Amino acid sequence: MRSALSEHVEKEQFPQYPAPVAIQPAGTGHAPHHPYLQHHFDNMAQQMEASTLGMWTFLVTEIMFFGGLFMAYLVYRHQSPQGFQEASHHLDVFWGTLNTALLIISSLTMALAVRAAQTSQKPKTQVMWLVSTMILGAGFLGIKAIEYTEKFRDHIVPGPYFHWEGLYPKPAEQFYSLYFAMTGLHALHMVIGLGIMTVITVMAWKKQFDGEYYTPVEVAGLYWHFVDIVWIFLFPLLYLIGRHYHAG
Amino acid sequence: MFTNFPFFPQQASEQAAQIDALYFFLLAVTGFFAVLVAVLVVVFAIKFRRKHDQEVGYPIHGSLALELLWTFIPLGITMVMFVWGAQVFFHMTRAPKNAMDIYIVGKQWMWKAQHMDGAREINELHVPIGRPVRLIMGSEDVIHSFFIPDFRVKADVVPGRYNHMWFTATQPGRFHIFCTQYCGTKHSAMIGWVTAMTPADYQTWLSGGSTGGSMSEAGAKLFTDLACVTCHMDNAQGRGPVLKGLYGKQVLVNNNQTVTFDDAYIRESILTPQAKVVAGFQPIMPTFQGLVTEEQLLQLIAYVKSLSDGSAQGVTAPATQAPSGQAGTPPEIKK
Amino acid sequence: METIAPPTLNYLNNGHSLSSWLLTRDHKRIALLYLASITAFFFLGGFFALMIRLELLTPAADLVEPDTYNKLFTMHGVVMVFFFLIPSIPAVLGNFLIPIMIGAKDLAFPRINLLSWYIYVLGGLFTVVAAISGGVDTGWTFYAPYSTSASNSHVILAGVGIFITGFSSILTGLNFIVTVHRMRAPGLTWFRLPLFVWAHYATSLIMILGTPVIAITVLLVAVERGLHLGIFDPALGGDPILFQHLFWFYSHPAVYIMILPAMGVISELIQCFARKNIFGYAFVAFSSLAIAIIGFLVWGHHLFVSGQSTYAGLVFSIISMFVAIPSAVKVFNWTATLYKGSVSWDSPMLYAFGFIGLFTIGGLTGLFLATLGMDIHMHDTYFIIAHFHYVMVGGAIFGYLGGMHYWWPKITGRMYPEGWAKFACLNIFVGFNLTFFPQFVVGYLGMPRRYAMYAPEFQVYNVLSTAGATILGIGYLIPMVYFAWSLKNAPLAGPNPWGARGLEWEIPSPPPTENFATTPIVTHGTHQYAPSHEVGIV
Repeated sequence: MRSALSEHVEKEQFPQYPAPVAIQPAGTGHAPHHPYLQHHFDNMAQQMEASTLGMWTFLVTEIMFFGGLFMAYLVYRHQSPQGFQEASHHLDVFWGTLNTALLIISSLTMALAVRAAQTSQKPKTQVMWLVSTMILGAGFLGIKAIEYTEKFRDHIVPGPYFHWEGLYPKPAEQFYSLYFAMTGLHALHMVIGLGIMTVITVMAWKKQFDGEYYTPVEVAGLYWHFVDIVWIFLFPLLYLIGRHYHAG
Repeated sequence: MFTNFPFFPQQASEQAAQIDALYFFLLAVTGFFAVLVAVLVVVFAIKFRRKHDQEVGYPIHGSLALELLWTFIPLGITMVMFVWGAQVFFHMTRAPKNAMDIYIVGKQWMWKAQHMDGAREINELHVPIGRPVRLIMGSEDVIHSFFIPDFRVKADVVPGRYNHMWFTATQPGRFHIFCTQYCGTKHSAMIGWVTAMTPADYQTWLSGGSTGGSMSEAGAKLFTDLACVTCHMDNAQGRGPVLKGLYGKQVLVNNNQTVTFDDAYIRESILTPQAKVVAGFQPIMPTFQGLVTEEQLLQLIAYVKSLSDGSAQGVTAPATQAPSGQAGTPPEIKK
Repeated sequence: METIAPPTLNYLNNGHSLSSWLLTRDHKRIALLYLASITAFFFLGGFFALMIRLELLTPAADLVEPDTYNKLFTMHGVVMVFFFLIPSIPAVLGNFLIPIMIGAKDLAFPRINLLSWYIYVLGGLFTVVAAISGGVDTGWTFYAPYSTSASNSHVILAGVGIFITGFSSILTGLNFIVTVHRMRAPGLTWFRLPLFVWAHYATSLIMILGTPVIAITVLLVAVERGLHLGIFDPALGGDPILFQHLFWFYSHPAVYIMILPAMGVISELIQCFARKNIFGYAFVAFSSLAIAIIGFLVWGHHLFVSGQSTYAGLVFSIISMFVAIPSAVKVFNWTATLYKGSVSWDSPMLYAFGFIGLFTIGGLTGLFLATLGMDIHMHDTYFIIAHFHYVMVGGAIFGYLGGMHYWWPKITGRMYPEGWAKFACLNIFVGFNLTFFPQFVVGYLGMPRRYAMYAPEFQVYNVLSTAGATILGIGYLIPMVYFAWSLKNAPLAGPNPWGARGLEWEIPSPPPTENFATTPIVTHGTHQYAPSHEVGIV
């Protein structure tokens, strides 16, 4: 019995790639192809799509990774809402806002870097945007270093030397445990991001990217935007609990 | 070694028969489908065994009717399992109102039981038959689990909270208690015995055993020794709320939540007093974390409970204390 | 069976140096690297199991100290779950076959594939070091606060090993997903994919979504243990039930990582050895996805007696009932495939038969545990141990062994001795049932798990179980011997010793490094045997 399903299957379109390059049996020479085409791919388009899908899939795993920490945050904030609010007010909104601005601008420069590669602009232009992104990222990390140092100075690093003056010491210690865990993990991802960006910048400097091949820039861009978005969630959850704007 | 070859635990509680009935149903369903599948596989493997090397099978792609049949029949059977299991579960997790409370504290690697009248046991639990018994259980260190196989009851014993379970023993005898949540080196030695006795024998045992007062008497003594009474007075003049008559009621706390004044809330207020302060009162109660053991907590809770059920032992404040500053207003009670 | 000589150049002899193996990008060689390591871990975990069963011959803790016993069952669980069962079929058979089954030259990311093996080995090393330097005694479930505050063993070291190995799993899953989406040969639509590939696709979804959560959980345990921050220990302000939720959010889907690939193998075996395409292809394909998705929603059934709310219990119980249905659908479809098939009794098929019976029992006993009122009595007893060994050994390992036998001729070019294979299969089947069936009984009687000493009335069942374990252990050794023997001494297998229909059977055994001389163009699904179908491979 042929089901309706199999009829549908006959009409399904499979991916419309250009005709695959015939594979030469081993040892019989090499058909010409783009220098950066890896041999298990049929053409550059397939390689590009595979690489970007790979990065998107990886970012999904990163969401789940940070998700565990967000869950712990949810549980403990629900348990002690006032404690968390009191603890959050001790964070400096100025640094947090500045950091947010730096990261958002760095995402802009990153997007411009990808565009520069994609539209075959001069390598110098590509490098300029990439280096701008890195400078902004490094600025973010510098401010985080300032903030962390302040925490040490104020004895609000969780552990044996934690000392809280306010009404809710236990929730405050929980809040700061989560603060360091979440921003620390985020900062680690930023550092890795800077490493990736360095490699990409060197490749751009060596004139490797143009409209036909800019996959590494695209993929690095996806990663960078993701790290930015994680911060967009961290900032209000950590810095803005119960804050109200006071005019004047 | 082969003197007993038991196949089945005893049915020594009122719940056991219910659980076993459910078990037999599940066993029957499992047996039926396991045998069905096994027989079909064997029969098809024999009947359609390849006869010559080039033989192939008959091209059958599927049948929507069959797929729906063997999707919805299992679904129906599992829904019966779910509903029956849920019913039994509801029965097992809701202790009757007249249940007799016994407090259990698990600690590495022993069980401590405290009866309300003060009798204490270690690794033993004496209970009367024919009367519902509710166990209120806490842990001093890691997660344990209190399991009486012959009663078919079990609950984890978790630090930082109280878990309950209840049973009604139906026959006299001695029955195993096992710890069933891995808790370290002597986990397999954290065992004991429940002794179920006729009501008469139980009374005899009770009167012969306990030294010292009941749990709530012990709690009353602690209430004075730890100076709780200086703020929680009988009248509205203390710095802390009056505790009389509050147990089981809804109470408004200072961030506009309402909480139930129960064992868990009392425990939390003793250990982390700032967490939920009664509306209208200042967050000035000090913490007693590290100053009271789990058993003392249970005694204090028993005392506070007793203030609400008419069998109160009154405790008077030391004569010299009169609070300066604001008098507390009675907490708002939501009925 | 023809004895065609293998091509002079194939993936096995294409380079003999150590670096050509250790730096390979060939998915087939990476599969063999994995095969060597997971086999080593299997026997390590098996050794721990043997010690456990020997101790349990007598009620007293007289063979080893209770402390040692606690480390034995912990290491048995950690090694078997994280270093054998989770990688086994995907990393060996999946890596080897998926590119070939879809007509590709390799996976999407060959270097990431190699990296995932190194990560796996590194994580394994941490765990072995933890074992050698004194072991871990928390149970493989390392519940807090025991693991964070009370245990005196190498929790952090073992935790780091698990954390690292998790990334191996994530990268494998990522590779498979991108490969199946982007590397299929022309004409290979989703509904022409072999069911083995569907099963691995669903498994990969679980790998990438679930594994990061266990990584974070292990990290938090290490943080609490190392820095004494209150996350799970109530004495420090934490919540122990939060640990259980985070742990089981991964570890429940993890069991589907272990079984789905085996189900994919069984689908292939049944079709080949009944010479008949599967009954209900779409239903079997979608049931893999359904198991993967619903499997993420049932973790709370491990917390029924923890003190979680009654209402949470209701929700998790009913969804756990739902997750059983797609598995039942598969079992019925496999059975129906045998009807009017041409059934051969070759050893891979015997493993498939064993799987169907044992997985049915294992899966149905899972329903006991999903039933709220029933689980209270059975939780943390030997009933649970029997249940999960039926699905993980009777299910996953039978699938693994069946697949290894089926594809051995393709992987090595040699055919193993069939008589010995049948004997080993029977041996394993008998030994397995004798080991684990008594555990259902002694579990209902009330014997708790993780007990070094037990009440004397439980002894007779433990003796039966240990006898079974001995037979089972011997059964596992027999294939090691004849597989090794076959590499040099067995007859050559040729491209298609089974007369199967699928892309992997159209290429030589062993395959050449690039798999296909020219990219195939696919016009049919696999396992089309009836004379009215043409073989559609150009």
